[in-house]
Amino acid sequence: MAAAISLPLHMQRDRYDPPSRMAELREQPGLERVTTPLGLHAWLATRYEDVREVLGDATRFSSAGMPALPGSDDDQRAGNLLTLDPPDHTRLRRMLTGEFTVRRIRRLQPRIEQIVDEHLDAMERAGSPADLVEAFALPIPSLVICELLGVPYADRGEFHRRAAIQLDLTRPLAERGAVAAESRAYMGTLVDRASADPGEDMLGMLVREHGAEFSRAELVGVASLLLIAGHETTANMLALGTLALLEHPEQAAAVRADPTATAPAVEELMRYLSVVHSGVPRRVTRDTEVAGTALAEGDFVVVSLPAADRDRALVEDPERLDVGRAAAPHVAFGHGVHHCLGAPLARMEMATAFPALLRRFPSLAVAGDPEFRSAAVVYGLRHLPVSW
Amino acid sequence: MKIRADRDVCIGAGNCVLAAENVFDQDDDAIVVVLQETPEGADAEAARNAVGSCPSGALSIEGT
Repeated sequence: MAAAISLPLHMQRDRYDPPSRMAELREQPGLERVTTPLGLHAWLATRYEDVREVLGDATRFSSAGMPALPGSDDDQRAGNLLTLDPPDHTRLRRMLTGEFTVRRIRRLQPRIEQIVDEHLDAMERAGSPADLVEAFALPIPSLVICELLGVPYADRGEFHRRAAIQLDLTRPLAERGAVAAESRAYMGTLVDRASADPGEDMLGMLVREHGAEFSRAELVGVASLLLIAGHETTANMLALGTLALLEHPEQAAAVRADPTATAPAVEELMRYLSVVHSGVPRRVTRDTEVAGTALAEGDFVVVSLPAADRDRALVEDPERLDVGRAAAPHVAFGHGVHHCLGAPLARMEMATAFPALLRRFPSLAVAGDPEFRSAAVVYGLRHLPVSW
Repeated sequence: MKIRADRDVCIGAGNCVLAAENVFDQDDDAIVVVLQETPEGADAEAARNAVGSCPSGALSIEGT
């Protein structure tokens, strides 16, 4: 069973909002101290400029410095882009970037529209009410990433379960580690299958074009990350974003009515909700300073993405959701070399799914208490009961 | 204004293409390609937003 844990400041939320303490911290000089769920003592950056400074400088702030988890070996860590620095990170990321260009993702648009429509049809057939997470928010990005990667969608029950456990901070570390190893073993069988008979999907591309250059463990690591990052993040944005729109009906009406409102609305929902709390803690590589606070080599820095995205330095009236505002350069996808690789895909999925859902069910309403998911690497909703 | 793009620094996030499609494109590896070095009017405004949203710091503007 999940144990109750006390969440560090940068993982606390009150529905859509980071804790009010974040606003105080942004006004104070310097950085705050915080302890991560793994017991790491770190500095906490909350201001937009400070967060961009830390994430934007991989030389001073390393992603590779986290202490190794008990029981993890090199193979378990290989290919994890999140915990690599340039030039290793650059070399691995560059084999994937071509798959996520704006042009390549636009080619997927008709298929994404079809997937969204099929799920709306199924909701309509099953009838009101429904759990939006189960019927819409989770299966859509899941099916999209499965098709893109070449993962059998029939296996979703298992990989959804594993992903949820891996990201659940209330679970014992040993369990999360064991499940991460299971995920890798599963992906290993898919990589081997693709090596024997490479298809047109991304796994096929990886083994065909990069099989000689990268180890099996690296390919498995990269593919495992794509699978988990490809469905968990967008699923939570779709669920939480729908809730936010339904609780701001005039803004839902704008997205429903005007196709040109969609792109800025997606950016505003990303900014306002910033579902990824912070990403990987950064290790300070040499004595330096951020916001006047002296940081010593070996210190760790954690950034709060939601706090940075609620900074007045980014937008006026930052605590207000306003889908009509001009798209702001938020940090919800991160910043620097680790900026979300799948951002164009996530944007396309959201820009397709939100308006289609609102148009299909004009009377869509929240029909019970949404269940928020706080103690996880990605914030969001476990359940969202809706009716129409 | 003149747009500068450092293709060695670019990480291929594509934010610039979404912000200013007339000014930026990506090659097959997702690395930035500048279509207009000296955009004007609405394209200049869009290019400024694109530079602001570049996560890698590959883009910069010379002059005003």
